[in-house]
Amino acid sequence: MDYTPTQSGFRQQPNMRLRNSSVDGVEGSQLFEDMSGAAHGLQTGNQQAGPQPAGFSGQSILSDPMSNLAMAYGSSLASQGREMVDKNLDRFIPISKLKYYFAVDTMYVGKKLGLLVFPYMHENWEVSYQQDTPVAPRFDVNAPDLYIPAMGFITYVLVAGLALGTQNRFSPELLGVQASSALVWLIMEVLAVLLSLYLVTVNTDLTTIDLLAFSGYKYVGMIVGVVAGLLFGRPAYYLSLLWCCAAIFFFMIRTLRLKLLSEAAAEGRLVRGTRNQLRMYLTMSIAAAQPIFMYWLTYHLIR
Amino acid sequence: MAFTLYSLIQTAILCINAIAVLHEERFLIGFGVDQGVGGFGDDPGVKAQVLTLIRSVRTVMRVPLIIVNSACIVLLLLFG
Repeated sequence: MDYTPTQSGFRQQPNMRLRNSSVDGVEGSQLFEDMSGAAHGLQTGNQQAGPQPAGFSGQSILSDPMSNLAMAYGSSLASQGREMVDKNLDRFIPISKLKYYFAVDTMYVGKKLGLLVFPYMHENWEVSYQQDTPVAPRFDVNAPDLYIPAMGFITYVLVAGLALGTQNRFSPELLGVQASSALVWLIMEVLAVLLSLYLVTVNTDLTTIDLLAFSGYKYVGMIVGVVAGLLFGRPAYYLSLLWCCAAIFFFMIRTLRLKLLSEAAAEGRLVRGTRNQLRMYLTMSIAAAQPIFMYWLTYHLIR
Repeated sequence: MAFTLYSLIQTAILCINAIAVLHEERFLIGFGVDQGVGGFGDDPGVKAQVLTLIRSVRTVMRVPLIIVNSACIVLLLLFG
């Protein structure tokens, strides 16, 4: 009750005030400053004696000039390291280009999802350009994006886990197995498409990330199929998968036609020549590979 | 069916090794000898593209393959 440290508290008070003035912006000192400002009588001394020993050691570490120097050096080192990482990372993964593919908004995502499931009413499939660069996906439904494929991939892994769980075949490692297996198939598909594009010497402005985006659109159909199968049984799975396969086939053909085929063939006029034929076959096979993958990656989930 | 990323890496190394140990002359006999054409025209054709691809993979990947193969041998010896 009778605080023996009161006296020491009194003696420490002027010291505390000095230290408080030298250190600014530290949270503990705010508390102390408020209470020491109202310096009247024993009560403040009592109240200060309590929190003082707790915060005193903290104050001493922070107000020591050496530790100030160390803190400044450490923060500058951290910012330097961050700069270096950013610069080097940008060399390997083009982050600025990636940002374009994630510039989406809710309207775009809604319209695109509707387009992926029901592309038959859409008329204008061309990507609009703005001074040689394609317009951001936010402003053009036809532009490819990476948001839907990324979310679709993650949702597919989760739905696969759900489907396996309803059949009592689930274990946490299976989630990782599903994810890496789907990822490997995706990478192989993108590499195969790249290789075939190189072999047929198509002059197109499709980048690798564009191909990744187009290959990732099939996850939407797979999710719809698996969820329908979970809710309503196998016939619903087959029906919805059939519908989504047809939709993705149509979507891919319509989208790739403008990018891969020459101008004349894209407009529908019949153009002879082995090269155009090859390109047509290429478009067809890319589009036909999507339903195959959709079935391959989901049939083992519905038993 | 259950592929892992590691199996993808294995596949890639094996395929590139296969391209690297190819004997060009014997391969070309069975493929249709297209060597003399050059094909600088508008339309190189699939066969010429395949040959160009194989030639360029062999040239580019020669040194990295040595490194990767040595690393694989050491790792497989150590860890089975």
